Amino acid sequence: MLDAAPSKKPLVEVRDLKMHFPIYAGLLRRRVGEVKAVDGVSFDIMEGETLGLVGESGCGKSTCGRAVLRLYDLTSGSIRLEGKEIGPTPQAALRDMRPRMQMVFQDPQASLNPRMTVQAIIQEPLDEHTTLSTKEKQQKVYELMDAVGLNRRFAGRYPHAFSGGQRQRIGIARALALNPKFIVCDEPIAALDVSIQAQVVNLLEDLQEQFGLTYLFISHDLSMVRHIATRVAVMYLGKIVELAPREALYSAPLHPYTEALLSAVPEPDPSLEAKVERIILQGDVPSPANPPKGCNFCTRCPKVMDICREVEPETREVRPGHFAACHLHEITSQTAGKTAAQKEANERQHGE
Amino acid sequence: MLTYTIRRLILAVPTLLFIALVIFLLLELAPGDPMAEMPLTIPPEVKEKMREALGLGQPWYVRFYLWLYQFFIVEPQYWIDGLFGTNFADGAQRIISFQSRSPVFNTIAERIPQTLWVVGMSYVVGVIIALPIGIISAVRQYSWFDNFGTFISMVGFSVPTFFTGVLLIVIFSVNLGWFPSIYDTTLKVNDWPSFVKQLKQMAMPVFVLALYNAAQISRFMRASMLDNLGQDYVRTARAKGMTEKVVVLKHVLRNSLIPVVTVIALGVPQVFGGAIITEQVFKVNGLGQLLIIAIHGNDVPMVLTLTFIFAVLIVVFNLIADILYGVLDPRIRYD
Repeated sequence: MLDAAPSKKPLVEVRDLKMHFPIYAGLLRRRVGEVKAVDGVSFDIMEGETLGLVGESGCGKSTCGRAVLRLYDLTSGSIRLEGKEIGPTPQAALRDMRPRMQMVFQDPQASLNPRMTVQAIIQEPLDEHTTLSTKEKQQKVYELMDAVGLNRRFAGRYPHAFSGGQRQRIGIARALALNPKFIVCDEPIAALDVSIQAQVVNLLEDLQEQFGLTYLFISHDLSMVRHIATRVAVMYLGKIVELAPREALYSAPLHPYTEALLSAVPEPDPSLEAKVERIILQGDVPSPANPPKGCNFCTRCPKVMDICREVEPETREVRPGHFAACHLHEITSQTAGKTAAQKEANERQHGE
Repeated sequence: MLTYTIRRLILAVPTLLFIALVIFLLLELAPGDPMAEMPLTIPPEVKEKMREALGLGQPWYVRFYLWLYQFFIVEPQYWIDGLFGTNFADGAQRIISFQSRSPVFNTIAERIPQTLWVVGMSYVVGVIIALPIGIISAVRQYSWFDNFGTFISMVGFSVPTFFTGVLLIVIFSVNLGWFPSIYDTTLKVNDWPSFVKQLKQMAMPVFVLALYNAAQISRFMRASMLDNLGQDYVRTARAKGMTEKVVVLKHVLRNSLIPVVTVIALGVPQVFGGAIITEQVFKVNGLGQLLIIAIHGNDVPMVLTLTFIFAVLIVVFNLIADILYGVLDPRIRYD
């Protein structure tokens, strides 16, 4: 469906994924509502590619990544990994699938058990899922430490003795231990300083080449996603608003939210920087417990139309491989006049 | 770690000397007279003689020095003599109780077994039931088990032991007649029926104190578990594909135990201090009761010695708790 390069087959297929967290309140802790952190998300990840998932804080990126790995029990939806359905599978039955899918976490400090040595942290998945001898495991741990660029002598040390970048390397080595096919990188560089970010991203790219990995790369850093991703999905308030190959998305964004996001990326050239027109969104992101009727973005969209407040836009393939969920492009395809539609939209906005 | 321990032990010496001085001066300044209980018919000059015989004629610093000398030099000599049959002490003056006129340490040695059995056992029982309750309450947060556990620990916390003790006596001794209400110290355990009898007389005081201890420790355990259950490394462990048992017992529990173990270690001196009120309620003649009687009788050497021993225990177990922290948590290093 969402295939950009037809030669490759999808490794992960996510369909209509919903992850709602209940809100309890009152004396009897009755269920009074739910936070719709991820609300109907569909995408494919091709084998060997990196799908970038971007969006602002609180839009559901991390929840989406964790849900895809089934670290949560889903509200509804289907996830197929290598053609095998893992959406409704109980946690106990999922354990056998865990070696195939792994995660690199955002906070390299908190995501490592402070009372385990590096050796123990990397080795634990091997203890659980393999029948290697102690010596083979030791050897494997050393190989993994080599692969991520950690000195073997550090195997007996505890996580607190490492710097942030080194800890993230431990986290990556740990994720690689069971030769996974698919790794969710949940903002792996957000907690690192800029000089280390490049190191870690390059390491991830090298490992992808070396081991044939497929990444779901979650980040709010658009420049970094542009660097690493093959295709990019943009999330807003629990929904994917646009999904396209990297260059198409960065050069010609279709959704007004993507336009606003991209306009916020700093331009390194000062002469160009002066010309950049920032689209400043007004207001705050609505609460995911109470999303607006119609399009989720209608409360802040600079090109909002009446229909946006009534009808939820469907995701459609506006150009080959370039998907967007926006009424602007429905009208474009129906009336065959994009400029007219935009003019119309602008007039409406000015009329308000 | 060793140098740290030695440094702490050396630092403990001036601390303890200062504590001893403060206790001594407090007792010195407190109103009361060891002769107050004596019959009024005794002439004042005889009373004065008796006072001098107790050593009260000396100025306070001389008495304080003598007590220190007896506590740190003479008494250890008597212990060594008792253990190895040597004769270092050579009949030197021991610390003598004003009330019984017998060496203070002999009385303490008589009382320690009761306190250790009843109060110590209650602490052990309390810890043994508190840890699983805390763990299960945290893993099943807000379940009926958790709510019930919270209720029980609120009861254990807020209802004083003199109330629960008396309540138990009324129910189980007076109405049901299952357990004796008075602890019989003279009971010798040498066969099965006497062992059962010992268990029966221990049951109620142990239960009362265990409820109190368990209430405290289970709350600590629960809070510590909840704190760790939300940590990112727990999610990492789940993502690794560990079973829930491994996640909870290996990752979460081991990290949660660090603060709990220190809390347990810090509570141990209370065991030796005895539970003054509970020992009174069940007539257990342990250390707590001994201290109360000594305070009533203005028995300065007994009060001073007991309080000082408690102070030593508190200092020592503080050190043990700190060392345990360093042993259990690799992030903490003392050097």
